[in-house]
Amino acid sequence: MSNAASIPKHNDVTVDIERCRDDFPVLKREVHGKPLAFLDNAASSQMPVQVMEAYTDYHSRYHANVHRGVHLLSQEATGAMEAARESIRELINARSAREVIFTSGATDAVNLVMQTYGRSQIGEGDEIIISTMEHHSNIVPWRMLCDEKNAVLKVIPIGDDGVLDMDAYASMFSDRTRLVGIVHVSNTLGTINPVKEITRIAHDHDVPVLVDGAQAVSHLQVDVQEIGCDFFATSGHKMYGPTGIGILYGREEMLSGLPPYRGGGDMILSVSFDEVLYSDLPYKFEAGTPNISGAIGMGRAADYIRSVGYDAIHRKEQELLDYATRELSAIEGLRIVGTAPQKSAVISFVMDGIHPHDIGTILDLEGVAVRTGHHCTQPLMERMGVVATTRASMAMYNRKEEIDQLVAALHKTVELFR
Amino acid sequence: MNDKMSQLYQQVLLDHNKTPRNYRALEPADQESLGHNPLCGDKLKVFVNIDEKNIITDVTFLGDGCAISKASASMMTTIVKGRHVDEIETLFQQFQDMTQGRMDPETEPNDLGRLKVFAGVRNLPARVKCATLSWHTLNAALKGREKVSTE
Repeated sequence: MSNAASIPKHNDVTVDIERCRDDFPVLKREVHGKPLAFLDNAASSQMPVQVMEAYTDYHSRYHANVHRGVHLLSQEATGAMEAARESIRELINARSAREVIFTSGATDAVNLVMQTYGRSQIGEGDEIIISTMEHHSNIVPWRMLCDEKNAVLKVIPIGDDGVLDMDAYASMFSDRTRLVGIVHVSNTLGTINPVKEITRIAHDHDVPVLVDGAQAVSHLQVDVQEIGCDFFATSGHKMYGPTGIGILYGREEMLSGLPPYRGGGDMILSVSFDEVLYSDLPYKFEAGTPNISGAIGMGRAADYIRSVGYDAIHRKEQELLDYATRELSAIEGLRIVGTAPQKSAVISFVMDGIHPHDIGTILDLEGVAVRTGHHCTQPLMERMGVVATTRASMAMYNRKEEIDQLVAALHKTVELFR
Repeated sequence: MNDKMSQLYQQVLLDHNKTPRNYRALEPADQESLGHNPLCGDKLKVFVNIDEKNIITDVTFLGDGCAISKASASMMTTIVKGRHVDEIETLFQQFQDMTQGRMDPETEPNDLGRLKVFAGVRNLPARVKCATLSWHTLNAALKGREKVSTE
């Protein structure tokens, strides 16, 4: 396993948020002859050179498998991957790196909880509580489980502003409730949910809580111990890291009691044809050769976020959100969907008589990248009474000028369709 | 306005979007089919009447979608009406070839006529499905299938 000497030193230099844009080469490119205004960060955020360097460093200097080699390269790779795990532990303030399991992303992390906790602990007639604003990745696994086990999916309602109905939530528990699965920050509405309070209420009923934090970690300080949740899922590519990598945080007492997930490779202690002894945490849930470069990249992304600091990130993104909300609201026929008082820098909107896909295409031709469609939240779209929306989602490197570019492109759209 | 934008959103297309032709149900219809693009949520229903000589005597549609899918459906209904079912397959193939950039309607022989207005879609691969959804749905209706998906 890892030892301190083999762990590559991370870059501890503090990054100035005003200059951080220079770390993201893609932001300098043009699309369709216009400067790129990248406002699709909720789908996937861009990657700083520091993450790319960590990634190429692994491939160019010490590419090797982990946890099995006695040779130097394997030891270095193992050290770097375990350092990345530690870096992510620190970012979300887990008690131990044993609680940080590498997965292929947040979706995979939710599926891990469904396949282990869900299949072993949830049976016929048991109840799972989720919310109206869940991403499909925190609906579909539970729907699948409910269909398999004949369990019941209960859904917390939301108000027209996109705020959870906490009174309704508190009254949904019964002696059959087995899990609460809740999104931390809505990818569609931007709503920041009171996950600490949600967890407290669930724990009062002895019900564990899974938080889908895919949209949280790059925007706000996540402290899994303070939240008190039992599971927390997040993805690398939504926090300035690579795609195909994510983590599941699980409270150690919770994870220890669960059956393994996938079989093979790193998750074993010993194998015979008659018996398999499973490895200890976190490896028990990490079968096969992991996404080593992805893990190293995600760890470096966690370092990068820390080097900028959540105070600066939050201040900058809230400024962008306020500015964009004001500017977009002034456009005739535009309505913002999701107006919660506690909001991340995400603005979903609809425009009278113009379909989001046409808006998306025209914005693209003007250099503005946004997401259009149902954002993998179809039940939420139905609740808000819309088929689809256009979504501008911001990150720490965005600038007011890009909001201006968006607004100008929207005026062109209105003109074209008038 | 830049070239790609004006090429894609030509006036005739915007006009069909604003006032779609044959936007109604046929009751009863000889065939009907529901088209669905699960990636964007667009849904479109196409109704067809065919006579004993396999001539399309009437074709209409209903549904929600973007300007491109709506205009495409609208123009399709005006163009296929009165044609023989066999012609539709050729026309659909040419329409697909044009929108996917496999055929240049200005230099290669085709029967697309006014449908050339959709040539701009070939520069925007993400929108090809919007333009072809109604055609897939019509094709399914003619083949007697009730549902079609672009995925």
